[in-house]
Amino acid sequence: MFSMDLLLGAVVLGVLLGCFYAAVSVGLSVSFGLLDVPHVAHPAFLVLASYGVYQLNESYDIDPLLAGLAITPLFFLFGLLAYRVYYETFERRGSDAGVRGIAFFFGIAFIIEVLIILQFGVDQRSVSATYIGKSWRFGEFRIPIRQLVAFAVALALTVLLAVYLSKTFMGRAIRAVAQDEEALRLMGANPVRIKQFAFGIATAVLGIAGALLIIVAPVEPTLDRAYIGRTFCVVVMAGLGSISGTLIAAIILGVAESIVLTMFGASWAPAISFAMLLGVLAVRPQGLLGR
Amino acid sequence: MKRRTFLGGAMAVAVVGQGSRALAQQPPIKIGMSMPQTGGLAGGGKASLLGIEIWRDDINAKGGLLGRKVELVVYDDKSSASETPAIYAKLVDVDKVDLLFAPYATVPTAPIMPFVKQRGLLLMGNFSFQVNSKVGHDMWFNNAPWGPADSWAASFLDLAQKAGGKNMALLTADQEFAQNLALTARDVAKQRNIPVVFDQSYPPNTVEFASIIRALKAAKPDIVYVASYPPDSAGILRAVNEIGIGDDVKIFGGGMVGLQFAAVMSNLGSLLNGVVNYNTWLPEPSMYFDGTKEFFEKYTKRAIEAKVDPLGYYLAPFGYAMGQMIEAAVGATKSLDQKGIAKYLRENEHKTIVGPIAFSADGERKETATLQAQFRGVKDKDIEQFRSSGKQVILFPDKLKTGNLIVPFEAARK
Repeated sequence: MFSMDLLLGAVVLGVLLGCFYAAVSVGLSVSFGLLDVPHVAHPAFLVLASYGVYQLNESYDIDPLLAGLAITPLFFLFGLLAYRVYYETFERRGSDAGVRGIAFFFGIAFIIEVLIILQFGVDQRSVSATYIGKSWRFGEFRIPIRQLVAFAVALALTVLLAVYLSKTFMGRAIRAVAQDEEALRLMGANPVRIKQFAFGIATAVLGIAGALLIIVAPVEPTLDRAYIGRTFCVVVMAGLGSISGTLIAAIILGVAESIVLTMFGASWAPAISFAMLLGVLAVRPQGLLGR
Repeated sequence: MKRRTFLGGAMAVAVVGQGSRALAQQPPIKIGMSMPQTGGLAGGGKASLLGIEIWRDDINAKGGLLGRKVELVVYDDKSSASETPAIYAKLVDVDKVDLLFAPYATVPTAPIMPFVKQRGLLLMGNFSFQVNSKVGHDMWFNNAPWGPADSWAASFLDLAQKAGGKNMALLTADQEFAQNLALTARDVAKQRNIPVVFDQSYPPNTVEFASIIRALKAAKPDIVYVASYPPDSAGILRAVNEIGIGDDVKIFGGGMVGLQFAAVMSNLGSLLNGVVNYNTWLPEPSMYFDGTKEFFEKYTKRAIEAKVDPLGYYLAPFGYAMGQMIEAAVGATKSLDQKGIAKYLRENEHKTIVGPIAFSADGERKETATLQAQFRGVKDKDIEQFRSSGKQVILFPDKLKTGNLIVPFEAARK
């Protein structure tokens, strides 16, 4: 049964969902897209961040977004440490090729999952805030406020990161290391330190993304598995390393998912998302905005 | 002391000593099982296991089964159907357990049914839904109160029709348990000429339900039957609260897994109000039997250290009841002969802390004892409120009923 109202609603909700997908994927766009690190633990880091936000919200009644901001420096340090361990044990020895690098991050993801279970148990956790559970009405149409919040914050986060990478000295250095590490070394810069810093940035943004994750829906320790496909799909479809591409790809994915959920039946949603990825790669193997 | 008396006394002490040493030396009775302790079903699995452990400790304090201690051999199946066949083969062939309990839930249990049937082993089911319907194993006994396959949907639709419901929307998770529920709901609706105006399954890992709820609302149903899994139940109710479901809806819920667990109930708080959902045990006056109160006193203390569901209503007492049934059957047959135990379980009614249990030929309850209850007056962020009666009023079955349905759904939510 086709209805213009339903289609319009699906597009609006899809754009909101897409921006949220961009926020949870943008860190991976830096770590995997720019640095070539097979960071399959990215969604596990994300879930860890949302548990951090949960802890601050539960214990001190801090707003989830502020809590996300508060853990961002910690996640920056965590990112620096994680990359250093990865570099020393894999990259430096040249043993990061193929599945070995992936195995390292899979291992980290499992360790994080187990640590969360030990600390918080297996139950779902959620946060409370004034904007969760309410909606804005436009006539008959209602939009969940938590999704509007996620949309605004996600948009701001993505734009800020895009500006940082293109306008600041360090941001340009990160892009340079992604383009030609050897050239950077010849110019006297230390590419490992730049990559480590970039990985720190990629992990730091997960503080905010983790807050959005737990604002949008309750979290549980194994939730990372649900996001591993989506985040990699967004980053690859966007074109590796393209931040604005990440936003566009995520919105396309969100809108497609929402239209399919509303108009055709929920069972098709994952298939359509990945079919779109394959379609984009067939026409533009470098992704939407990839070079 | 005369010499004869002293000798007699010494001999008596020696005999008693030998006797108790012989008892202590008897190997324990091993009960083997897998249990989801990680993954999506872990919340339920851990609570169920705690119920079984409390029974083990109680029976061991009473001297064990057949004078032997009871020992549990438990492996984590990670909530996965692919893990359980190997675990159960190991339990039987390597660990040589005496009896088998099934893991919590349908998904991990289904793949071990052919194995136990082929080997002729007794399997005490643990909250599976219809896993024996096609296998037809005559040594399967499910501890869950489900009863006949269609009774679950039938009881919900009974309530819905009495409230004036005439057409139905069906929202189902793409999981075996939920799909089985949906199948019976479609059948019952067809028998009663209730048109299904919306019928959608959603895949696991669906993040956002707002779009689905909008589509459901557009179909203007007056009965909404939802068969969902824990991660989704919270998302669905949140979306219903935000998007609205329409004034036509008389009754909403039915088969939402998750709303039986303390953490989910506490998270959702007032969003639960009005939802009519299945349950197995609730702290309503009609639900207390011999030993129920004592069981929950022990459970409440141990749940804190074990970091499991602090309420434990849904699964834990049924884990204990599973042990009670084995205790009664082994006690009556005075052996561990699995065929004899199965015969006893099939032919008798068993007194347990969740009420009397009698099995039909397929190993499910003869009569359903699955509750349909409506959430009322629930406040936000308060687990303790669920310990008092009146928060989930039992509407079905009649003999356990503690109140009447409030309609429509939007009115019941206030």
